[in-house]
Amino acid sequence: MKTDDLVLMLSTNVEPIARGRVARTISIAVIAGAVIALGIMLVALGVRADLTTTRAAVFLLLKLAFALAVVGVSLRYLIRLARPGSARGISPLAVIVPFAAIALLGMLGLADAPSAHWNRMVVGGEWLECLLSIPTIAIVPFAVTIFAVRRAAPTNLFRAGAVAGLVAGGVSAMAYAFHCTDDSLPFVAVWYGGTIVLCTLAGAALGPRLLHW
Amino acid sequence: MATEAELKALMAASLDGDAASYRTLLDRLSRRLRAYYKGRLARVGRSATEAEDLVQEVLFAVHLKRHTYDTRELFTPWVHTIARYKLIDYLRRTRSAASVPIDEGAEVMAQDDNADAESSHDVRKLLGRLPEKMRCAIECVKLEGRSVAEAAVRCGISESGVKINIHRGLQSLAAFIAREDQK
Repeated sequence: MKTDDLVLMLSTNVEPIARGRVARTISIAVIAGAVIALGIMLVALGVRADLTTTRAAVFLLLKLAFALAVVGVSLRYLIRLARPGSARGISPLAVIVPFAAIALLGMLGLADAPSAHWNRMVVGGEWLECLLSIPTIAIVPFAVTIFAVRRAAPTNLFRAGAVAGLVAGGVSAMAYAFHCTDDSLPFVAVWYGGTIVLCTLAGAALGPRLLHW
Repeated sequence: MATEAELKALMAASLDGDAASYRTLLDRLSRRLRAYYKGRLARVGRSATEAEDLVQEVLFAVHLKRHTYDTRELFTPWVHTIARYKLIDYLRRTRSAASVPIDEGAEVMAQDDNADAESSHDVRKLLGRLPEKMRCAIECVKLEGRSVAEAAVRCGISESGVKINIHRGLQSLAAFIAREDQK
């Protein structure tokens, strides 16, 4: 095939393209993933029963703030990774900020408490449930997000996969927060932060295979 | 040599559906890509025909992924990132393939850098491998230059169906080409 003929074929009757499609597709996918994650949490786990108490409500908001910060920052970075050669959007380092903030809060929480309480504050009552739930709930949001990123053009597949995993982990943590009754900052830092990092690693491992085009 | 500003303006017009600008853009890009790939492939001992295969793969990629170009950004880095991605992918895919026999060397080297450059793919043959609706839509609209409405009547599908079939069909053609290169 002559390259000239290909150029002619591709440029004949070319359709106009709507602007901002990449950002829109990926954002919609993440919102859909969040709705699905909330649905899974409601059906499989249920919202915590003690939400009427101030302490429970404050901790729910805190967990949500952390999860939404993770999602917000990583989503913007993911959109950038989905466009070749993109310089717009945020720096890769920004994705660390929510984790650094929660780690700092967790350490302050520990510093504020007698060391005899540390073990209980970190391990909590339901660490195993948290460890299993966040990665499990993240599976569907991850699949939906990957599907959307595939329609764009990621060129660093390892990194794009990792950040897709990060977004899905954040979305999942947001849903799980409605169920979780472990109200301590170190717990959130270790188990929420840790499981989201696990999701990120899984995404990095799967990225090159799932995102290749 | 076309500059960033020129190429960017052509791309912006192309995204608005200006076929003439798009044709000029793809033509300029194919020249630049040819030079880029010839240089890169020569360094790893590959032939010029392979460069043309890659040029065409990237033209397909530019076409199928053109919605990922944000007009607020520079255009050259967008193309360059795609070109490099496809080069790395190509070298990985064809790693085990035998390189060009030595006696063909002179012939390969004699090929000119002109716009008649040809790849190893036969688009007509590849089109024959597409499902009927995709082939019909691409032939009507992209090869014969008929309108989408005409193609809808001829192929017996809706107008949006024609557009979807063209897109999917071009995706399949690009995939066929990538798979052929592997052999």
